[in-house]
Amino acid sequence: MKLQDIYEKKEGEKLFLLGNEAAVRGVLEAGISFTSTYPGTPSSEIGNVLAKIAGEAGVYFEFSVNEKVALEVSAAAAASGLRSFVFMKHVGLNVAADAFMSTAYTGVRGGMIILSADDPSMHSSQNEQDNRLMAQLAGVPVLEPSNPQEMKDFMVYGINTSEQYKIPVMMRTTTRVSHMRGIVELGPIKPGEKEGFFKKEEPGFTIAPAYARKMRQELVKKLNQLEITGNNSPLNRIVRESKKNRVGIITSGVSYNYVLDTVNKYSLPVNILKLGLCYPFPRELMKNFITNLDDIIVVEEVEPFLEKEVLSIIGQEGWQKKVYGKLDRTLPHIYEYNPDIVEQSLTQVLKMGVPEKNPEIDFTDITPPMRPPVLCPGCPHRSTIYGIKKAVQSLKIKKENIIYSNDIGCYTLAMQPPYYMADYCICMGSSIGIASGMSKATKQKIIALIGDSTFFHAGIPPLINAVHQKADIMVVILDNRVTAMTGGQPNPGILTDIGGEKGMVVSIEELSKAAGAGYVKTIDPGDLDNSVKTFKEGLQYEGVSVIISRSPCVVFVKPEKERLTYQINQEKCTRCLICLRQFNCPALYQREDGSIDINYLLCTDCGYCVQVCPQKAIEVKK
Amino acid sequence: MSYKKSYQIYIIGVGGQGTIKTATIIGEAAMAQGLNVVMSEVHGMAQRGGTVVTELKIGDSLSPLNEKYSADLLLAFEPSELLRATSIIGKDTNIIASCSSIIPFTVSLGISKYPDINQIIERLSKKVDNLHFIDAEKIAIEAGNIIAANIVILGAALATSKFPLKKENIIESMKQNLPIKSIDMNIKALEMGSKEYLKVSK
Repeated sequence: MKLQDIYEKKEGEKLFLLGNEAAVRGVLEAGISFTSTYPGTPSSEIGNVLAKIAGEAGVYFEFSVNEKVALEVSAAAAASGLRSFVFMKHVGLNVAADAFMSTAYTGVRGGMIILSADDPSMHSSQNEQDNRLMAQLAGVPVLEPSNPQEMKDFMVYGINTSEQYKIPVMMRTTTRVSHMRGIVELGPIKPGEKEGFFKKEEPGFTIAPAYARKMRQELVKKLNQLEITGNNSPLNRIVRESKKNRVGIITSGVSYNYVLDTVNKYSLPVNILKLGLCYPFPRELMKNFITNLDDIIVVEEVEPFLEKEVLSIIGQEGWQKKVYGKLDRTLPHIYEYNPDIVEQSLTQVLKMGVPEKNPEIDFTDITPPMRPPVLCPGCPHRSTIYGIKKAVQSLKIKKENIIYSNDIGCYTLAMQPPYYMADYCICMGSSIGIASGMSKATKQKIIALIGDSTFFHAGIPPLINAVHQKADIMVVILDNRVTAMTGGQPNPGILTDIGGEKGMVVSIEELSKAAGAGYVKTIDPGDLDNSVKTFKEGLQYEGVSVIISRSPCVVFVKPEKERLTYQINQEKCTRCLICLRQFNCPALYQREDGSIDINYLLCTDCGYCVQVCPQKAIEVKK
Repeated sequence: MSYKKSYQIYIIGVGGQGTIKTATIIGEAAMAQGLNVVMSEVHGMAQRGGTVVTELKIGDSLSPLNEKYSADLLLAFEPSELLRATSIIGKDTNIIASCSSIIPFTVSLGISKYPDINQIIERLSKKVDNLHFIDAEKIAIEAGNIIAANIVILGAALATSKFPLKKENIIESMKQNLPIKSIDMNIKALEMGSKEYLKVSK
């Protein structure tokens, strides 16, 4: 498939689309003309695709500086009458929470969809928060698609609902839906409005207490109406029903797939209610579904969101029914589900004997080697963190007296051996805030490590704080000219060209100086001696020092000049293993005879290792 | 409606080996053949040299995730990764694995051990009828580029008796998903992989 197919293919045609790609087609079919994001897995591919096709498809798209701003710009577009779409990973909504809560109150004019890609099992996240609860907290309706087809179709449904009720709508996906590929039948493309106009009227979008009280009334009214809509929505449907069945399953999102596959596989005698518009809870529909049942099983990922509502309905009605789910431990409360977990739980409740499966092959005595993600061969971050280590060693600072406050990005991988350079790392931008606090709470030396994109995202206010509070810290900004971990998106530090529009470049040096940092220097991590010298100065500086270590990402930025190829001079090599065990580039390896060699399939000819070798045994290949 | 079992495929490898690309080629070929197909892929942090798993089900299933001991086809682009797939291997699983090891940095640091591949073969052979190791990298080099090792393995899969997709659909899908300039080399790699499978499975 080619990316252009997403906007070129016509109604009725089929494409094999990733959930995230289907969302982009959904944007085009929903008449959405304004889109924004800050990249985050598992939502990143939506932005990657939009960045490539937005211009041709006639949609405005921006990689905003962070999720809060992304939500605000899309809210502004929706207030101006355009249909807008903002998307982020689940923890991104924490950053955007302030704007999110208030946008529920102000409402919208053009339709607005806020997509939250949750990450059960934490494939690439720090927690597995269920953002249906965030939506409930804000008073925002929630759509839960189960597959790429629904991801596209729900965009159209969601934008119409949003516009009808003048309320933003959340689309909650999970990793296994965003990263599921399936056959999607396309609908017609609806061109969106090109230009919005912000109409001034009372109370407008100003959420001062006097207005907010009115907005709160309006919001609850909207949610009550939406509950009635949910009772009759085509997104909420009874998939199987027989009067004979005494057991029913209520499910949503990806869990529905596991439920239906299991029910089909064993012809289980159960009724099934699938909820696609799951909040406001369609209570009447749920009540009618369970009224004639004895047992109800609720299958949903992460929190017992629907399950508690089922219990509330049963309690209110004074019924005697048994509810199976997370609360009674029938299903696990942690991590994502899979076909086996759901099959086991359903057959257990139904007391069905399931044919025994093949016994597992016993592999307990042979284990696979640990293969955690690593910094790529040629990654400039490796040289930066190696340089920091050298500087710390040469200043003879004891291990227990140096604190590495790390941040979110590829360089978080410095937490692993042999570097061990992440003592604290909790969220975007936290490296500098934590360092600032540590400097006040302890007498230890503190180094904050943060990437360029993360610095722009949430690193500037804590830097100002550190300067203002006279913290004594060294901030290292690892500027690889791209947002790498999420797949190579741009950020305000580099020239961007999306949809034919060039962005303005914002200087990290100038920002750091303007924030008041007393020592600001830029280094090339490829020059190890100068790096070590500069880090030493930074560490010895009393106050806030900022060192910008700048070298482009080896994966996403093409090298400017032709590079040399290197080889190991086996006569000079003493097999000290510093290159392997301290610098730790994956392109270097030890042969069975103990000698060191270069794996040329992996080597990027970066030459960083040349300076690491004390014997100068890594040479230019002749 | 009676339930028809889906054909389950599990592909495991190391970031950068083309597991997602291989699965996408299979998926689009299935769609072209008029079959229903669902696929699950891994993105983000897991790609940086870590283990990458991609799963497919061809048939009526809604979920792409393979069930316990139920994979019909297991493709391992790196031999030690087979040990991470033991939960989906059943007696009827047809396993095709590349012989070329990729040693992770944890081994050079001495904090983890690379297993003895012969021991894996010995153990698996006792339980599984179809286990085939293919020197995919060597064959890919012969075909023109080591990068086509994944296509060699795909060629081997294509030659298995129960593989549900036709060769012409796989080739058409390769044309849609691989660079035009390397398509002839890739088709050669595919065919050499099929030939090799027929040789080793005799």
